[in-house]
Amino acid sequence: MKKILAVCLGLGTAALAADSLLINGAGATFPFPLYSKWFSEYNKLHPNLKFNYQSIGSGGGIKQITEGTVDFGASDAVMTDEELAKAPDIQHIPTVLGSVVVVYNLPGIDGLKFGPDNLSGIFLGKIKTWDDPAIAAENPGIKLPQTAITVAHRSDGSGTTNIFTDYMAKVSPEWKQTVGVGKSVKWPAGLGGKGNEGVTGLVKQNPGALGYVELAYAIQNKLTAAPLKNKAGVFVKASIESSTAAAANVEVSEDFRNSSVTNADGKGAYPIAGFTYVLVHKDQKDRAKGEALLHFLWWAVHDGQKMAAPLDYAPLPSPVVKKVETALKKLTIDGRPLHFAKS
Amino acid sequence: MRKADLLVDQGDMIRERTANGRPNFFTRVNVGDRTYALLLTALGGAVLIVAGLIVFVLWQSAHTALATHPLEFIKGMDWDPVRHSFGALAFIYGTLVTSALSIIVAVPVALGLAIFLVEIAPSGMRPLVSFPLELLAGIPSVVYGLWGLFVMVPWLRERLEPFLGAVFGFLPLFQGPPLGLGYLAGGLILAVMILPTIASVSIEVLKKVPVSLKEGSLALGATRWEMVRTASLPYSRAGIMGAIILGLGRALGETMAVTMVIGNSPEIHASLFSPGYSLPSVIANEFAEATDATHTGALAALALILFGVTVLLNSIARLLVRAVGRGPARA
Repeated sequence: MKKILAVCLGLGTAALAADSLLINGAGATFPFPLYSKWFSEYNKLHPNLKFNYQSIGSGGGIKQITEGTVDFGASDAVMTDEELAKAPDIQHIPTVLGSVVVVYNLPGIDGLKFGPDNLSGIFLGKIKTWDDPAIAAENPGIKLPQTAITVAHRSDGSGTTNIFTDYMAKVSPEWKQTVGVGKSVKWPAGLGGKGNEGVTGLVKQNPGALGYVELAYAIQNKLTAAPLKNKAGVFVKASIESSTAAAANVEVSEDFRNSSVTNADGKGAYPIAGFTYVLVHKDQKDRAKGEALLHFLWWAVHDGQKMAAPLDYAPLPSPVVKKVETALKKLTIDGRPLHFAKS
Repeated sequence: MRKADLLVDQGDMIRERTANGRPNFFTRVNVGDRTYALLLTALGGAVLIVAGLIVFVLWQSAHTALATHPLEFIKGMDWDPVRHSFGALAFIYGTLVTSALSIIVAVPVALGLAIFLVEIAPSGMRPLVSFPLELLAGIPSVVYGLWGLFVMVPWLRERLEPFLGAVFGFLPLFQGPPLGLGYLAGGLILAVMILPTIASVSIEVLKKVPVSLKEGSLALGATRWEMVRTASLPYSRAGIMGAIILGLGRALGETMAVTMVIGNSPEIHASLFSPGYSLPSVIANEFAEATDATHTGALAALALILFGVTVLLNSIARLLVRAVGRGPARA
């Protein structure tokens, strides 16, 4: 009798809580289209659960989860040591991959390829014209004009820039020393465009321009991206498959903070790719919310991955999904671990 | 005594009379009046409190984050978020140059338009023009920015800048490769944006010029242009200055449209063809993704500088209004 009562009571409170369960999140703009899809699909499975996600930018996401105003944050870049010191209780959970493509505008010329040295040379402002011998050597058979190269980069702080500069710093010691890695950096050359559309505008209008945009944007706007030479020496076109391949061979750490997948090993790996993350507290304080959130994340890295490719995001490779499973299982609610249903 | 002096004297007398005759709300016994006075005082004070809070919050954020001396920050040319090295000069320069350019371009056009509509155009035409003018003032700035990026900038690069370079290329202002993006594009897009504001306020001001004044001027044998120059403009110059201040305020604070066409590179060049950056643009661009305290602090400091620049320019403009508003009309 007591047991039944307890169960009834438990169900009752669960139903009551579920009735009004709203999970708040804020952060990165890049994965927003996919997250919205996830939230609405997950809501169909769990009609009592609603998500409210504000795409205010990765910086905002980190600030809000640190201050505890949201239940989860989202960021395109991992938190720095300094940021993590303020909120040591944060776990990074990679959700999908994005990659950065190089687009250019040279009337009448198609099929240019770039290696790391040329790309960093152009963005450092050292290779100034298209007929530079270094570019010509990499693209035999293409007659290059004497046009000046106009470099276009993002002017707004962005995860795309973070991934791009991370790659640059890995392939060019000079870049690492003079520019560094970040969401906003001091660009040695070129013009800044606001957002992917701003950079695209610059590239489309200026003959001789070259810039970088995120893959999803390039696919949706049918921009031709240049194949880039990866660490194995193969020229790889940016695609969903080659972005996922970039993460397949990378040894990611358990807290996922050491999980840069730029310039990755593997013949099919596209060199400029990166994760985007959801940030959650390692110990969830609110039982109902914590359970719902962790179950949702479990669903997102399993069933949710199928929705990534149609929206031009690269799904996580299976070794990474395994790691995420381990990480999710370690999260606790009020000090107790949560058991995930097999899915 | 000249007619205009007489007018001014009369004005002063009227002002004095109302000043003496005004009932002092605070000494009155009527409860309703006192409550009303208190309420209005509170509302007026709220504006000051909000402005004060903004400055305080910005100061707090900027002050704790900036290790460098404020003057060093203002004079600094470097802007490197990765290395925490921040300087504001390039942004201040860009803001001032684009705003000045926009005023130089927009004011004559807006004034000409206003004079045409009030004095010359048939009266039926006024609503036909003023309606679209108000519509223009209401267009979101990001739309202006996109139009600037996709329509105006290519035109600048292919037509206007090569032309200016060929004709005025001996001036440092018009040298260098025509990129399209830069101070010139920023200034022109701002001019387009503030033109409706300046024009529509000026129209209202010019409409208020007493007919007797204009008729008197015409009766003395003035041509239409002389009438505008000697009667309408002197009478309404304070109002027109006010219109220009409104426009300047919008130009100084404009963010989206400018950032899309200015090129966003924190450098200082003499040439208007070069890319630059402006204070509001860099704040809008970098704030959302700025995470460490030094970076957000530096952005807050930029906001504080923008606040200061706006206050400074507005005060100068106000002094100017007072100066031109006081003096007798030149006949």
